[in-house]
Amino acid sequence: MATFQLDINNTKHKVEVTEGTSLLWVLREHLGLTGTKYSCGIGQCGACMVHIDNEPMRACLLQVDNYADGQKIKTIEGLSKNGDHPVQKAWIEAQAPQCGYCQAGQIMQAVALLKKNPNPTREEIKTHMNGILCRCGTYLRIIKAIELASKTPTSIEN
Amino acid sequence: MVQTKAEISRRNFLKSSSGVALFIGISGILPQLISCKDPNKIKEQLAQQPLTAWVKLSEDGLITIYNPAAEMGQGSMTSLPLIFAEEMDADWSMVKVEFSPQESEIYGSPGWNPGSKLMFTVGSRTTNSYYNVMRKAGAQARYVLMNSAAKHWEVPIEELTTSNSHVLHGRTNQKINYGALIPFLEMQETLPDFSEAQLKNPKDFKLVGKDIPRTEIPAKVIGSAMFAIDIRLPEMVYGVLERGNLHGSKPKLTNEAEILAMDGVVRIIPLDYAIGVVAKTLEQALSAKKSLKIDWSDSKASGHNSQEIYSTYEKIASQKEKGKVIIEIGDVSKAKKTAAKTYAVDYKNDYVYHAQMEPLNAVVKVAEDGGSAEVWVGSQQGMDTKLGVPKILGIAPENVKVHLQYLGGGFGRRSMNDFVEECANLAKEMAPLPVKLIWTREDDVTYGAFRPLSLQRLTANTDFKGNITSFSHTVVGDGGNLVASAVTNDHYDIPNQFAEWREASNGIRLKHWRAVGHGPNKFAIECMLDEIARDQGLDPLHLRRKLMAKAPRALATLEKVAELSNWNTPSVNGRAKGMAFVEHGSLGTGVCEISVDRSTGNIKVHHFWIALDAGVVVQPDNVKAQMEGGIIMGMSSVLKEQITIVNGRVQQSNYHDYNLLRMQDVPDSIETVILESAEVPEGVGETATPMVPCAIANAFLRLTGKPLRHLPFSPERVLQALNS
Repeated sequence: MATFQLDINNTKHKVEVTEGTSLLWVLREHLGLTGTKYSCGIGQCGACMVHIDNEPMRACLLQVDNYADGQKIKTIEGLSKNGDHPVQKAWIEAQAPQCGYCQAGQIMQAVALLKKNPNPTREEIKTHMNGILCRCGTYLRIIKAIELASKTPTSIEN
Repeated sequence: MVQTKAEISRRNFLKSSSGVALFIGISGILPQLISCKDPNKIKEQLAQQPLTAWVKLSEDGLITIYNPAAEMGQGSMTSLPLIFAEEMDADWSMVKVEFSPQESEIYGSPGWNPGSKLMFTVGSRTTNSYYNVMRKAGAQARYVLMNSAAKHWEVPIEELTTSNSHVLHGRTNQKINYGALIPFLEMQETLPDFSEAQLKNPKDFKLVGKDIPRTEIPAKVIGSAMFAIDIRLPEMVYGVLERGNLHGSKPKLTNEAEILAMDGVVRIIPLDYAIGVVAKTLEQALSAKKSLKIDWSDSKASGHNSQEIYSTYEKIASQKEKGKVIIEIGDVSKAKKTAAKTYAVDYKNDYVYHAQMEPLNAVVKVAEDGGSAEVWVGSQQGMDTKLGVPKILGIAPENVKVHLQYLGGGFGRRSMNDFVEECANLAKEMAPLPVKLIWTREDDVTYGAFRPLSLQRLTANTDFKGNITSFSHTVVGDGGNLVASAVTNDHYDIPNQFAEWREASNGIRLKHWRAVGHGPNKFAIECMLDEIARDQGLDPLHLRRKLMAKAPRALATLEKVAELSNWNTPSVNGRAKGMAFVEHGSLGTGVCEISVDRSTGNIKVHHFWIALDAGVVVQPDNVKAQMEGGIIMGMSSVLKEQITIVNGRVQQSNYHDYNLLRMQDVPDSIETVILESAEVPEGVGETATPMVPCAIANAFLRLTGKPLRHLPFSPERVLQALNS
């Protein structure tokens, strides 16, 4: 057991867990930030996508030990205060989710895309989003939502 | 409002076969009744007080409507309350939706037997089976409000109307919000049992049929929507099971002491087919699971090789002795004698896995005295609303409370509640500590319950004019209806039809998979039609048009999709179109346009068009979403997915070797046209998926002249077909 201090969504969290525990279990089971999902545990599906120092990363593959030195971790819960991030709003407008389980990962990945490339082409969207699985088959609406968000005048700041 | 014909005593509501347990919970007057959370209290109150179990009204005008169905992305959290609100004339902007308690006596809808009551979200039956239940309950709630306003204003109820959560009296120019009526609410001794004619005419619908955003989507984009896997309770411990990859095998743990000595491990709980480990944290439980040393016994599945079994299935199909006859119309053998031509083709399909994104899981807390339990679960519910837990704990069903959560995908897998029973078994040992059981993805794949592998042998005869005079369909496979459903052709005018199922059992766990038998059987039927059309030099559209001559609703979908897809304009640039008709409650014809990379064997689907008749459509945009999702899931299963078994052992274990369709492979568009109808709504969740294999194979046949007869259409199989 070891104690780690994590900076998540601009709040400091202290956890005591076994060394080597995945960041995903720390977020979900120890801190109750359950918006980040477990689905494959081997970096294949992207349901656990979070941002670390603004880069999209799969929490299931990360050991908590390596992210307790002041790295800024952002989860879906920290994306906006009132659920009004332009990408979240676009997601609602496109009525993108079905079961919804993969959608936090999809949104975190999409936000990372739009920050780097505010006006992606459809092919760029597909390439960037290809790593995030959706079993309900909402891909076309996800593309639509990203295209909607890219047209929003508000810049993607988060 | 027309007065009641058949009045039913409110004391008999729960016993009535209409499925309408009505009533309004009235905040202010009967505050203790408002929380519809306690089913026993609801039952008590229903026996003596005017209380509808479907809606809670508060003085500020807020209306809470209860959804009795599971929400797995298909939209029940919106569609069912919307139907209720429509008849109640509720202001939708003031409506909040919650899951109803899991009590089928109150919240069930007619199941497969008339008069029965089920809470079971399967078979795309939810909107269909709750349509009249919700309409009547909504109309009754409205009636209570109107009747109370009539008494309050001392005017005849016949002079009142309602609109947008208000009761209105035109003559005296009075208007009162439903919420403001609460102090004056009165409950009649009896309530009208509304007949169809007393409900709204679909053409007067204000909410049903409009594009109303889904109620649960905002929570799903901020990460607050609760799935069972997200539940955390004080003192909760974590359970995992090692089940192996040989179904039916029995385990013997050989390093118990070592496991018990591991950090955080609290208990080892052996089950018949698995070894359970309970630990203080999830990571400790998973670490112990990895360290288990288990000797596994052989099982019935030992020796089963999925890719070799087809030769056995072919032999079974060739045996003289018939299997279980499913349908027999006319005389197929007589038709054969007078036939100008006979066609016989085998179609095959491999095992497929559900791959719902949320792995199976549940949380169960058994009380210290063992006399009651609470269950948090994402389940498609079941014949037994308490999901098998009472039996495991040896307690009465009323002592088990089920808290339904959102489902991270169902697709039929969550209508089998083995995972809930497992969790109850662990929680029984751990009482009063709550146990969260999580299946890893590897558990979910290797101990999956698959759509069965099967073989379809189709034989058809045509007369000298090229008319199909008989159709005969032999299914070989395991699982009864899992393989043998959807073999009849109710919308095709074929005078002689025969279908049978021949059993072949391999000891592999099987389960309904979205669209069930429709997947393999429509694949076989619809491809057979195109193979005949090609041989006869007929356009597949014309062939189906002729077959659908006596089925106008089906024919309308065919004509519409032909128009939508520009069927008569040949595709260019190495592309071709293929079509398929599917009935699964709703009727739909789909057309896809594909191209093939002849060097890799990759099939690219460019477009999909669907024309759908689903009766009254409650949420048109959501129906389109179901078509889109159904097509994508169909494409995934047809182009990518395959479970293989070697010597009984499942060969795949996670998404690295069980591939799902990814975004780069989506079509450019999936376009759906919904045909207008005032008929009762029919299910839409499973109509699109079975179109995919046939439409793709039929397009491939037109493009290359070669048939694809074995699912999935892996690049290797496509190349094989091209080189044949």
